Amino acid sequence: MPQTEYVGISQVTGPFILLEDAGRDAFYGELVDVRTPGGRVRRGRIVSLSERATLVQVFSGTDGLVPSKTRVRMLGKTLEVQLSPTILGRTFNGLGEPADGCGPVFGGKRADSNGMPLNPMARQYPKDFIHTGISAIDTLATLIRGQKLPIFSGNGLPHNQLAVQIATQARLMGAKNFAVVFAGIGVKHDDAEFLLRELSSRGRTNNIVTYLNLADDPVIERIATPRMALSAAEYMAYELGLHVLVIITDMTSYCEAVRELGVAAGEVPSRKGYPAYLYSDLASLYERAGVVRGLTGSVTQLPILTMPNDDITHPIPDLTGFITEGQIVLSRELDGKGIYPPIDVLTSLSRLMKDGIGRGFTRDDHPNLASQLFASYSHVQDVRSLAGVVGEDELSKADKQSITFGEFFENRFLKQGKDEDREIGQSLDMGWDILSSLPRGELTRVSLDEIKTHIKD
Amino acid sequence: MADNTKPKDGGSNTGEVSLINGPVIHASRMANFAMREMVHVGEARLLGEVIRMDGDEAIIQVYEETQGMRVGERVIGSGESLSVSLGPGLIGGFFDGIGRPLSALLDKEGMYISPGIEVPMIPPDRMWNVTPEVSPGDMVSSGTLLGTVQETGLMLHRIICPPGIEGEVVWIAPRGLVASGGMIARVKNALGRTVDVPLTQRWPVRVPRPYRERLRPNEPLVTGQRVIDGLFPLAKGGTAAIPGGFGTGKTVTQHQLAKWSEAQVVVYIGCGERGNEMTDVLEQFPVLEDPRSGRPLMERTILIANTSNMPVAAREASIYTGITIAEYFRDMGYDVALMADSTSRWAEALREISGRLEEIPAEEGFPAYLPSRLAEFYERAGRVVTQYGENGSISIIGAVSPPGGDFTEPVTRHTKRFIRCFWGLDKNLANARHFPAISWLESYSEYAAEVEEWFQSNVDPRWSELREKTRAILLEDEKIQQVIRLVGEDVLPDDQRLLDYTAFLVKSGYLQQAAFGSDSYSPPEKGFAILEMIMHFYDRGLELVRQGVPISLIRENDAVEEITHLREFGAEDKSSFDRALKRLNNHLNRVGAERTREQGGAR
Repeated sequence: MPQTEYVGISQVTGPFILLEDAGRDAFYGELVDVRTPGGRVRRGRIVSLSERATLVQVFSGTDGLVPSKTRVRMLGKTLEVQLSPTILGRTFNGLGEPADGCGPVFGGKRADSNGMPLNPMARQYPKDFIHTGISAIDTLATLIRGQKLPIFSGNGLPHNQLAVQIATQARLMGAKNFAVVFAGIGVKHDDAEFLLRELSSRGRTNNIVTYLNLADDPVIERIATPRMALSAAEYMAYELGLHVLVIITDMTSYCEAVRELGVAAGEVPSRKGYPAYLYSDLASLYERAGVVRGLTGSVTQLPILTMPNDDITHPIPDLTGFITEGQIVLSRELDGKGIYPPIDVLTSLSRLMKDGIGRGFTRDDHPNLASQLFASYSHVQDVRSLAGVVGEDELSKADKQSITFGEFFENRFLKQGKDEDREIGQSLDMGWDILSSLPRGELTRVSLDEIKTHIKD
Repeated sequence: MADNTKPKDGGSNTGEVSLINGPVIHASRMANFAMREMVHVGEARLLGEVIRMDGDEAIIQVYEETQGMRVGERVIGSGESLSVSLGPGLIGGFFDGIGRPLSALLDKEGMYISPGIEVPMIPPDRMWNVTPEVSPGDMVSSGTLLGTVQETGLMLHRIICPPGIEGEVVWIAPRGLVASGGMIARVKNALGRTVDVPLTQRWPVRVPRPYRERLRPNEPLVTGQRVIDGLFPLAKGGTAAIPGGFGTGKTVTQHQLAKWSEAQVVVYIGCGERGNEMTDVLEQFPVLEDPRSGRPLMERTILIANTSNMPVAAREASIYTGITIAEYFRDMGYDVALMADSTSRWAEALREISGRLEEIPAEEGFPAYLPSRLAEFYERAGRVVTQYGENGSISIIGAVSPPGGDFTEPVTRHTKRFIRCFWGLDKNLANARHFPAISWLESYSEYAAEVEEWFQSNVDPRWSELREKTRAILLEDEKIQQVIRLVGEDVLPDDQRLLDYTAFLVKSGYLQQAAFGSDSYSPPEKGFAILEMIMHFYDRGLELVRQGVPISLIRENDAVEEITHLREFGAEDKSSFDRALKRLNNHLNRVGAERTREQGGAR
């Protein structure tokens, strides 16, 4: 079909331009080229369309556009990503264009980066345990293949380190076909460099595909970056048969970009200025994880977000928590105590854990042990606040034992080296070991038989 | 002959798309369309609904992704408002928000749901073995039983004469096979016109189906969950809400209710939630057994899913699709339980569409008509005498997802006005992995008094007495806990420590319940037996404390600690309960006897 070029636009507002009388030539969601007087080409997308007025969202911003001299050309396609087996090992920018100087991607296919919703009937319920070698995660917030499990962190906490440790230690059954897709959204140069260096030097895989939108890249491109990365992940999982771990950082930058765009478009804001559709928008990303019946590959998502002011009720972590299958929460207090990984196990959760642990998956005693560790460590918090009032010396014998258990839990069970890879059996035994410091009467979540088997007097 | 198994396409009206903005489009030349008419939009034939009309212009909400649509594409009317097909073949089905069967979509289009696919809700050529219940010459009207179909092992599907048809039967399908798209009877009305009665009916989802009269909800919907049946019971025909922040266990609780509720039909609406959760239900329900009949749970379940990444307008419709199906089975005289997870996503869909219509928002961007929509939905619950003459009921259990777990937000607040049973989920309980994390302080049930009689005559005459006592202990314990948090447990008098310990037994031995394993379904009798034992311990303990026996002697014994493990026993394992009670009594008697001896010796 002929590609008409329009000269002159009537309005420029933030990242949007308004094009008049072009409605008959375009379709909703179509990609356009916006040519500046200097000849530079920018990409844009049609976000509202009528016969008279066409609203175009310009990626990489509208700076320097001269309305009367700007040319707009409809491209007849939507925002697409080039997919072929040769993308493995490559680095792209936030819009999916090669950024490693190795030239364009040839062959393969082009796919709409928005993807399509998976039919729930095509899904297979994720059950396969992923061994991360981190006690707190393996025992208490188990990662399952095909899960979306975000890390809720704060500025200055070691989330990048933890993501690297998970990615490099993660053992999936048949680890040969394991790949990592890394999407950096508004990340600092230093962070991106750290993650890429660590992943490639310590990883057991060269199958890393990177989509990078750096902190000083155009904000609007951040909308596209995770979609590019997830399209690549789906392709690698469902067509190349790989088990893909997608690390997306930082989702907070993504949500800020959505808000910026919403405000520029004059939409009615909802909580804290974020648009009302932020939930649906985030879901369209997070739901692109899973296992499909009859196919070999899988997409596991590990998005990282920094909670503004460490506030878990802020809309970004809040909406995320409603969509994802649990969360791993990092605690500034534990980090301050020098404990790595500083995982706050009480607020952390893996929703898929119940079906991926226990008999036939990890070990028979795992479910009850985990439940007991949660209950006992939760009690430690109560006792600590009591100790804060009456002083530790005034505590009863049982409460003192609880304090000791708390110390053991944090310093032995939680704390581990940045390269320390613990077997699941080892982690579970360690759990029983620290539980033995408590009186038997408090162990109400484990069965009497389990106490006999695992706790030696 | 009208085929009722799929949306109609009978309208001859056509309009033209003039503006596209996400799921909301404007169209011109629409003057002959009806408000709320279902339409097919564009070349892709996307399903939509007319939601506003202004002269020649109309606004349409489209239930599918509109990317790729052009200005000037055609809008074709269907001549009916958004409707579903009702007939044999629904049970065990899995539909999207607008009633398309997901299995057929999978067969037709593969793993992704692409827009514009049309498939009948029930395959029109599927055959059913119909047993007629009327003969030619009989007079029938709305509510008359025309025939039956044994749809699954659990479901006798009653084909009831739909509203609006009245007259003399001139033909009835003989005993044998009838296709879903076929006819069951032909009726001649008073004016002498004959009307065909199809096996599969169509019904507009936004219109409640009629019934004869409402009944008092005085029978409990037994759920097999101790905290619900025991403390905050739901009645058949009642309405309940489960609000809770993320990770507090709304969905697990909803799944538990869907599994074990004593209903003949369960409609489960996954509204704007995770795809994997629906897959979980799909994989579990065919293998899980109904505790009363031993048949697979799927034989009484209908699933409706509009997952969070599916188009938002269909999310708004999914609630209505679900409740209409529920009403259809209620009309056969069945008890239906409907779970909606989550109603907040539905309210947010309203908000999103409202925003695109540029309506003036009320609270937090929600439209001003949010409360009236909520009321309309919850009022479709109820225990009624159906037109068929039997009693039927719909109980609605709606999950609410308040942002930040804050129960003062609009959806929770307005929902509370229209429900009578409130199961508030508590973040702290969830963090301590106390499940179900239903707060015993914040929750309430207005049905408790109404269903009391049933429990007293069907479980135990002391049911209410024990319930009151348990609630009193939990409430009293909350005060004691505040003191403990300040000064520690050791300084309390022994009677208060006994009460604190009893509350601990109630919480860990009675209120907590695993979502899987043998304790997943706990009949009221089992819960009562546990509670009886705990209260027995408290009463005897209090006597001993008054005699001066130190609390530590009463408490520290295997027989007492065993109370927290009673729930591990199966419900039918009466001998284990008896043995545990015997051991407990031995222990308490011994402690008491020692005390008496000591006192005697001192004298």
